[in-house]
Amino acid sequence: MTMDYKPAIHFNHVDYSIDGNQILRGITGSFPQGKITTLVGPSGAGKTTLLKLCNGLLSPGSGEIYIKDKEINGFEPVELRRKVGIALQSAPMVSGTVYKNLALPLELRGEKYDRKEAESLLRDVGLGESFLDRKITDLSGGQRQKVSIARTLVNKPEILLLDEITSSLDRTSLKEVEELITLINRKYGTTIIWITHNLQQALEIGDYTWVMMDGEVAETGESELLRSPANDRVKAFVQGGAQ
Amino acid sequence: MTYLTLSITLIFVVIPLVLSKTLNLGLERDTIIATVRSIIQLLLVGFILKFVFDSESLLYIFLMVTLMIVAATHNARNKGASIKGITWKVAVTLIFVEVLTQGILIGLDITPPTAQYIISISGMVIGNSMVLSILFLNRFTAEVESHQDETELVLSLGGTPKQAIHNQLINSIKASMIPTIESQKTVGLVQLPGMMSGQIIAGADPIQAVQFQLLIMFLLLTTAAVTSVMLGFLSYPTLFNQRMQLIQKS
Repeated sequence: MTMDYKPAIHFNHVDYSIDGNQILRGITGSFPQGKITTLVGPSGAGKTTLLKLCNGLLSPGSGEIYIKDKEINGFEPVELRRKVGIALQSAPMVSGTVYKNLALPLELRGEKYDRKEAESLLRDVGLGESFLDRKITDLSGGQRQKVSIARTLVNKPEILLLDEITSSLDRTSLKEVEELITLINRKYGTTIIWITHNLQQALEIGDYTWVMMDGEVAETGESELLRSPANDRVKAFVQGGAQ
Repeated sequence: MTYLTLSITLIFVVIPLVLSKTLNLGLERDTIIATVRSIIQLLLVGFILKFVFDSESLLYIFLMVTLMIVAATHNARNKGASIKGITWKVAVTLIFVEVLTQGILIGLDITPPTAQYIISISGMVIGNSMVLSILFLNRFTAEVESHQDETELVLSLGGTPKQAIHNQLINSIKASMIPTIESQKTVGLVQLPGMMSGQIIAGADPIQAVQFQLLIMFLLLTTAAVTSVMLGFLSYPTLFNQRMQLIQKS
């Protein structure tokens, strides 16, 4: 299937395995620049591994990955990870306050994060500036995810990878995070790659979607494909898995 | 002490044997093996030490210290089996600690360069360093495993491997040093150190025994700190590859 867009990330026959266990096989395709692409598929399909390959937390066993036409190994790991940010599913936090977590990306470069900027960022993600000195342990699941996303944004990434960030949220928090991601995409033109199990979310928020199964890309296209998939396995998954 | 007197002390082995038998603890076999082994090993070491002390040969001193380092390395490396190249990392650490401590002691004329002093002090330093290595490796491998999310977080935000593993490394170094520091806080109040007690029983002046014990305790503080820090900084890079990725295990 051809689509008229510039690729933010392009995969060319990418394989990944660990100790002889093949996780990804023959991944080929692109994530469009400036758009929201959702990754859906059953657990164990290799979605998280694919995201970690994009951020350089893992490297493919074979094949190539291009970030805006530049081969991924051409980037220094630190440069790549700042350019392609990732918010992990478990939203791990360093102990202490919200400010300490937001300041972490700059602290790693030996720089200090201005409190005014941190307050502004908190407002952007829908948390008031009063949250700045709150302890991480006092936050709800939704608030933690927002802090996690905000922390990733401190590096001003061109591409944002989200790994099931709404899977444990209540309905209100889920809607808030969805609005936040849409806002980041529209306001900053950030390319978003979002793993979700919520097919309704993929339909409503995503411009494009990849359906992954057993370490392969089963079907890709505009999100509407989820309403009438061409692939029989995808059809069975959508009928059985729509939430 | 005569051999007859020594054989009477076996009564202290009979007591746990009787208790084990009476309470069905099932420890009789292990107790007998431990007793026989300790008798053979210590008598053997005693004769070897007497031979080495009498000969005052540098080669024999070197061989004795090498044997201690080899045995200590073999014992400690199993605790860090998941760390690549752990055998030589432990060996290098033990050698460094030994050279450093003996260098200071002999270089500053604190102890004489005789077999009696070098071998006795080396035994304490290498033994302590071995225990510290085991404590450190135990804690470090557990910390790395349980804080993998935190390590991955720092890497994902553009941190270096050293930054990603910093907390786990510091926690492990501190945890392995705590027993040494804590035992020094209560020394003399709760327990009298074995070496000092031995000297006093052998007829040494208690003040001189205390002075020598203080020297050993300060020495063991350095041993603890250098062992943990050195082993930590030698170990953590092997957890990552050239692309600053945490090496994956299925």
